[in-house]
Formats: sequence, structure tokens, C-alpha cells
Amino acid sequence: MRRMLCILLFAPLGVLGSEAGYRLDRSPHDTRDLVSLQSGARTFVNYCLGCHGAQYMRYRSLSEIGLSEAQIRDNLMFTADKLGEPMKVGFSVKEGKQWFGVAPPDLSVVARSRGADWLYTYLRTFYRDSKSTTGWNNALFPQVAMPHSLWELQGPRTTTIESTFAETDPKTGKVTGHAKTTLVLDENGFRTEQTEKLQEGKDYHAGIEVTFSWPSGAKRAAAEYDATVRDLVNFLVYVGEPAAVNRKAIGIVVLFVLGVLFVFAYLLKKEFWKDVH
Amino acid sequence: MASRLEALWGWFDARMPSLAEQWRIHASEYYAPKNFNFWYFFGSLALLVLVIQIVSGIFLTMNYKPDASLAFGSVEYIMRDVPGGWVLRYIHSTGASAFFIVVYLHMFRGLLYGSYKQPRELVWIFGVLIYLTLMGEAFFGYLLPWGQMSYWGAQVIVNLFGTVPFIGPDLALWIRGDYVVSDATLNRFFALHVIAFPLVLLGLVVAHLLALHDVGSNNPDGIEIKKLKGPDGHPLDGIPFHPYYTVKDIMGAVVFLAIFCFVMFFVPEVSGYFLEYNNFIPADPLKTPQHIAPVWYFTPYYSILRAVPPLFHSQFPGVLAMGIATLILFFLPWLDRSPVKSIRYRGTLYKSALAGFVLVFLVLGYLGTEPTTVWGQFGFDAFFLDTKDVATWVARLGTVLYFLFFILMPWYTARDAVKPVPERVTV
Repeated sequence: MRRMLCILLFAPLGVLGSEAGYRLDRSPHDTRDLVSLQSGARTFVNYCLGCHGAQYMRYRSLSEIGLSEAQIRDNLMFTADKLGEPMKVGFSVKEGKQWFGVAPPDLSVVARSRGADWLYTYLRTFYRDSKSTTGWNNALFPQVAMPHSLWELQGPRTTTIESTFAETDPKTGKVTGHAKTTLVLDENGFRTEQTEKLQEGKDYHAGIEVTFSWPSGAKRAAAEYDATVRDLVNFLVYVGEPAAVNRKAIGIVVLFVLGVLFVFAYLLKKEFWKDVH
Repeated sequence: MASRLEALWGWFDARMPSLAEQWRIHASEYYAPKNFNFWYFFGSLALLVLVIQIVSGIFLTMNYKPDASLAFGSVEYIMRDVPGGWVLRYIHSTGASAFFIVVYLHMFRGLLYGSYKQPRELVWIFGVLIYLTLMGEAFFGYLLPWGQMSYWGAQVIVNLFGTVPFIGPDLALWIRGDYVVSDATLNRFFALHVIAFPLVLLGLVVAHLLALHDVGSNNPDGIEIKKLKGPDGHPLDGIPFHPYYTVKDIMGAVVFLAIFCFVMFFVPEVSGYFLEYNNFIPADPLKTPQHIAPVWYFTPYYSILRAVPPLFHSQFPGVLAMGIATLILFFLPWLDRSPVKSIRYRGTLYKSALAGFVLVFLVLGYLGTEPTTVWGQFGFDAFFLDTKDVATWVARLGTVLYFLFFILMPWYTARDAVKPVPERVTV
């Protein structure tokens, strides 16, 4: 028990583990954009819902993003019969664990725990890696168990991972210089690795830089893919808190009413207090 | 019609303690100093938040399920499927933080104007009891959404009791009702959160107010207004609480509610301070989060806990320090030896001590929300450095200063150069 407490309280809490280092891109989503939400719903149902549920969301509530009941029934409901059913996956958590090693998490509130920027970056940083179990790897979440389910929408690209690190003398432990490893993964994930010594006399920082490059002429596909991910993230943000859409509008009315009330409360106070000296 | 109502009123009055009498004692003829300033809003606001929390809590209870397999889902059910459920949930989550903000400011008012000093020691003691009960109430309530932070926060806090020498492990087991935080823990925390602690809280609030209305309110000048009475027997510097302070507090309440509603409707998470992001991940007993931090209102004490180094591989000294840090508040009325109450007539010693205390409290509070590595590490090594984390050493310094504020108080308040206190209050 004591050791447990030790670990819980005094372990180096700040280490963010494998996820540190990759800078998040800002997600350009907008939950007021219904077209984007509907497109996101389509991507979600077609590419995510096979493994990830959104079990706190009911199919019927998709009518709030501008879809008719017939549209929902005909285009989005593959595993459910009734509109009131939750958006669940077709297998149990236990089966998920058996099949994938780790049960794919429910995505109802993933946008609230991970944040939109994280999701937007994560879904755009998958790369082919012949050495990983699934054939895929991720720059933001290295060795992630999830394969790149949107790969056919993204198209092939090459990945360059440059890691700069300090070289140390194994005997004295002192820094002797810096080196850079450049790992190139081609469109099929095959690796070419090269390490070079960096010129002395400059100030280097240890770190990893990942860059992606598309074959010439595929720039448009890349932009289209970014838009698809934006819509999907938009939908996940919406699903995270469907009430958020109306929340601010109601808030404005409430604040206005309180503002009016304040005028009367102030005048009342002033009237009563005019003879207190 | 009027006479019938009067007759009915009279019928009641003849059969129980007179309500008119109570209204007279506590409102229409409770004479409060006329110079209350901004800081005096927070008492009535605390009462308002208590009512908000109880009412929103009752409605949340109607849809919440205190069951480890259903709790997380039932909160999301409230957020989505219960009509107006999300409003109730945000009222309650915003209310929890608002309660502590209001109470901290209310306590700070006490420190500013010496409201704990003779003859108001008991008012202060009931107040500290309310604060401690509120901490318990908040802690039990935080487990209920059954997210990762709920779960691991509870695990850490209950383990604190496990560090008590000899009886620790049994004590922790007794609190949890299981070997780990589990369904049994959730059920009992639910019971404590929705009935036991609110009852205690209400009782203490009544005691706090009864004691206050018996001795009378302090004021920004720290003058006893009861000393100077007019020919009518009422204090010269006093005005009836009703209608003067009821209308004034209504105005304050509207401003408070506007800020409250702004948070609730526009930024309910307050960047993870009111609702932690990790708490949107369902509790998982097998996955310890990388960074466990309590909600902001506990973080000054959490900092103290983390700052104290272990002794013989036991964290008990830290737990003890944290406990003493809260319990020391009880002794404030006797630690303060100043002949004056209000900061207006105190000297530089107390003023600087209080300013330092506020700064230390805020720094400790901030550090408690961050990992100990937040300010990096010292570049050098020394034999006394058990940890090189700068933040840990700052927290240690803060902890020492926190205690010095209280321990040195008899000394610096007694030798502080005070100014003469006027006869009448200044408006």
C-alpha cells in the first residue's frame, strides 16, 4: 500500500511518455457547420463505427444536425433497427479485447478528453511502417494499436523521421557530440536509415522531426483528406457534447435577463440606501 | 380576507416559537454595521451557492446511478437524454468550484478585518468546520462521475489514510469498503455526498449564523457597533439587515449569478480546472493516469503533501503536514494578539505577513495542479538535494512560509505598530 502511494504521489508525474514531442495542429472545425457535421457523420459511420461505438449517442439525435429520419435510417444505420438505439458496435468489450488485444475505446466523449486538436493531428499523422504489427504507425501516438482505417482516403506518401540526439562516451558518460538519424519510410513502409555526425560548435537540441511528402500531383488529395478529417473531428466534437450547440445561445439570453434584473436590483438598492449616511 | 389570514397566523404563533419574533431577531431588527463593503457579499453568496447545490443535486440524483458499471453512462445520459439535464449538471459542477471561490474569499475577508477575534471565536470555529465539511463533500462528490480522475483521485486520497502508523491499512480498507476503490466505495460515497454531509453542512451553517447573530457582525473598521447605542437602544452605526442588506445582497447575487452563468454556458470546463479533461475517460482500475491532480480547490494542500519528504519510507509526515495545515485555522483567534481587528489599523508587519500568505497560498495552489517537473530541474548537484525539481523546492519553501504565517503570528501581531481605532465606523 505504501509503495502504491509512493508511486501515485511521487513518481515523476510530468513525463508524458510516448506522446511528447509532436506538436499539435490546430483543428479548423466549426460545429455550426451542418454540412461538415453531416459529412463527418458519414465518415464516422463508414470508417469508425465498425470498431468504435458512440454508445451515449442515439441515432435519432442525428436529426439535430439537419438529417431527416429517413436519411438517418437509409444511410447511417447499419447495425441498428430503431432510431432510438444508441450508436453501439456489434461486439462486446470482451470480444474486442480478444480480437484486437485492446478494446477499441468508445468515442462518445473522446473529443472532450483528448481535445479536437489532438484528434485532428492524430488522424493525419499515420504512416506506413513495415516493422509494426498492423503495418501502420503514428507520429503523434507511436506504436498505436489502431491501424490507419482512413488510408484509402489519404493515399500513399513517404515519411521522413529525423532524430537529433547527443552522443555520449560510454565510459565517462560525457557528451562527445551530436548526431542525426534520418529514417525514410517509403509508400509501402520500407525503411532506409542513415546516421550522420553533426558539425561541432553549434548548439543542438535533442528531438524528433517528422515530415510527410506526397508524390507530385497528389497535393489536392492531401487537402481533400484534411477536409475529411476536419469534418470527422467536427462530428466527434459535436457528439462529445450535443448540448454545446444551443448552450451559448441560451447563455446569451440568460445573461441579458440578468443584465436587466441588475438594473432593477441596483435601483432598488439605491432607493433604500439613499438615507443611510 | 386579511383578518382570516391574520387569524391563521395567530393560530400558528400561539402554537410554536413565534416566526415574527425570529424574523425580527434575524432580519428586520438584526442591526448590522452600515459600512459593509465588497468583501461582505460572500457570506450571503455562500448561502446562495449552498441552495443552488442542494436543489440541482436533488434533480441530478433522480437520474444518476451510483453503480460502478452505470455511473459514467448515467452522467452522459443526463448530459444528452434528460431534458435540461446538461443545465443541471453544469450548474452543479460550476457550483462546486463557485462554492470554494466564495468560501475562500469569505475566509479572506475574515483575515482582512479580524472577524475571528474575540467575541467571534465560535463563529470562526463553526466556519472552519463548514470549510472542512465542504472539502469532504467535494471529495465524495468528485468520485460520482466515475471518470479516471474521480477514480484515481479517490484512490490517492484514501491511500493517505493508509499511511497512518499502525491502523493505516485497516483504516483505508474501512473507508473504501474494498481493497481497491470499487462499487462499494462508490455507493458509500454517494450516500455520504447526498445525505450525510449535506445534513452536517446545513446544521453547521445554522450554528454559524446563530452564533453570528448573537454576537453581531464585525465590519471593515473592526469596531464593536454595540458599544454606542442611540436613545432607541439600537446601535448608532447599525442598520436593520432587512431591508438594507437584503436589497444590497440581491444586487450582489445578480452580479454573482451573471458570472456563474457566463462560466456555465460559455466555458463550463474552465480549461480543465472546473471539469478535468481526463475525467471524460471512464474509470479504469488497470490504467493509472500519467498525471493525477486534484481539482484546483484542493491543490494548495496537495502541494504541501507532495512537498514534505518521506520519513523511513513513509509518506505520513506529508499527510500530517496537510492535516495540520487545515486544522491550524481553528487556532487563529488565539494566535492573533493584535489589539485591533481590522487591517485598516494594523501595521506593516501584519499587512506584509497577510500579503505573503496570500501569495504563498496561490503559488502552492498553482503548483498542485502541475507535475513537480513544471519548473525544470537544478543544474547542480548537492548532498541535500533529494530531488532536483525546482517546483518541489519552491513548494517546500511555500509550505514553511504557510506554517510560519500562523506560528509567528503571536509574535508579529503583538509587536506590530497599530493605529488608533476611531469611535465610529467610516463609510
